[in-house]
Amino acid sequence: MTGQTRGSARPNQWLRNLNAKIASVPMILTAVVIFVGGTAWTVLYSFTNSKLLPRLSFVGLDQYERLWAAPRWLVSIENLAIYGVLSLIFSLVIGFVLAALMDQKIRFENAFRTIMLYPFALSFIVTGLVWQWLLNPQFGIQSIVRSLGWTSFSFDPLYNADIVIYGILIAALWQGTGLVMCLMLAGLRGIDEDIWKAARVDGIPMWKTYVLIIIPMMRGVFITTLVIIASGIVKVYDLVVAQTSGGPGIASEVPAKYVYDYMFQAQNLGQGFAASTMMLLTVAIIIVPWAYLEFGGGRKRA
Amino acid sequence: MLNLVTNNSIAEHEAAPGRITSGPKGRKPRRTLSRRNIIVYGTLIVVALYYLLPLYVMIMTSLKGMPEIRVGNIFAPPLEITFDPWVKAWAEACTGLNCDGLSRGFWNSVRITVPSVIISIAVASVNGYALANWRFKGADLFFTILIVGAFIPYQVMIYPIVIVLREMGVYGTLTGLVIVHTIFGMPILTLLFRNYFAGLPEELFKAARVDGAGFWTIYFKIMLPMSLPIFVVAMILQVTGIWNDFLFGVVFTRPEYYPMTVQLNNIVNSVQGVKEYNVNMAATILTGAVPLVVYFVSGRLFVRGIAAGAVKG
Repeated sequence: MTGQTRGSARPNQWLRNLNAKIASVPMILTAVVIFVGGTAWTVLYSFTNSKLLPRLSFVGLDQYERLWAAPRWLVSIENLAIYGVLSLIFSLVIGFVLAALMDQKIRFENAFRTIMLYPFALSFIVTGLVWQWLLNPQFGIQSIVRSLGWTSFSFDPLYNADIVIYGILIAALWQGTGLVMCLMLAGLRGIDEDIWKAARVDGIPMWKTYVLIIIPMMRGVFITTLVIIASGIVKVYDLVVAQTSGGPGIASEVPAKYVYDYMFQAQNLGQGFAASTMMLLTVAIIIVPWAYLEFGGGRKRA
Repeated sequence: MLNLVTNNSIAEHEAAPGRITSGPKGRKPRRTLSRRNIIVYGTLIVVALYYLLPLYVMIMTSLKGMPEIRVGNIFAPPLEITFDPWVKAWAEACTGLNCDGLSRGFWNSVRITVPSVIISIAVASVNGYALANWRFKGADLFFTILIVGAFIPYQVMIYPIVIVLREMGVYGTLTGLVIVHTIFGMPILTLLFRNYFAGLPEELFKAARVDGAGFWTIYFKIMLPMSLPIFVVAMILQVTGIWNDFLFGVVFTRPEYYPMTVQLNNIVNSVQGVKEYNVNMAATILTGAVPLVVYFVSGRLFVRGIAAGAVKG
């Protein structure tokens, strides 16, 4: 629009803004070839029986039937569900409570924020290894509590198949709640001071003001945060690799790891493609309603 | 009369801000120990300790010898400080056949991160500039695809990229990995730059156009000098993101080019031999050092970078 006048000669349509078009080539290639093309390619090949190499011999929904019959995939899905629901709830609640505390005009706010956010700067691999060490039953928290005299105390989430996913959750929350706190704090700071004054004048207790007035006003921040956390949850991979490598047995497997293992270790590409297509579907289920709410509904946004 | 009014208004003037600053000041002694303050600070301090605990344990463990680790608890400070684990982690620890420690992975990560950050920011800033100031037909469509693409799980696109890189002859090399980081950095960065450039006054751009400046002249002479803050934010975002990457490193490179994160994981989770926890923790700190330094040095900008990147995830 800002380029040349609109009425310029038709034949030059393709040459208009030529520099801008040339400069956008990497973006266009990425968007079309990698994001659209790559996704379509994977979905297409998920209907084939590709093994070591991708082959176009279609077998219909075979790969999906095999996928949903595989115990390892079912464990992965179950883990993702538990991990996902709990980490959504905990990070939103903890993040919001911390942000509300930080918003009380406290001293040393910067120091507290720095401490809570620094884990976010670290790699999932680093986070995973640290917590692997802390949760090591021989040396870590369990042995400390036992050495205090409570010898029957048992806390070995990474070595107990029933609770291993909670061990991963602990590390994930340690790393991620700082970010949620930051986003929530930004949201709280964006709320007009007068709202608080009005609530105080009306004698509404603080917690009630938060629940009934502030949180509904922060709807946008909550949705953004929710989408960020959710799309991170579906991708969880590094943390599991570093903490447990999927063990004990297959107890802490997650879909992202299933995909990787089938594509690059088991050389069963078709399974990997089918599993990754299911991941795509999960994300679509999360994103579509959000995109509709955000951009489709009122058309408030430019 | 006039005097009185002036006096009054001065008094009011002083009282207005005074009510805010001096009011609480007067009551402070009682307020510091109020129930509310104890709860607020108490909770925050407990939480802060929880966040700091792993870092403390890492440092303590890395400074102990193995005999001390076997007997003592992980929270105890070392009786005898030793830096041997650090030396071993950096120069001697084994991954597979190589026994030259994390140093190899460190330099690989540097060789991956530096070009990836520069190229991805260069490409994305020009994209953002074109999208903000030189919109052409269809540009918005590509941009929308790009943003939506950012939500697609990487796993869906990994294998097609392997094929593309193989066709280009760069699969398994550092070049290939740099391309991958550039691709996946593009959505967030382009959004960041587009929003920033769109926020600059339009008159500036129009004036330059009237003076006959073209696409690149305006970019280099006007836009670049004005956008240092956003470049710093983008840099922080990319340096920490690329340094911390694990998945792309393990998928798209050969073992001799593994970045530090992959090497670290291989050192710690190797199955053979005695687990040397002190070396492992030293290695972990070494790997986390670069993003931590970036985080501590950049302070507020890091928070802004996260917020900016988080706007869309």
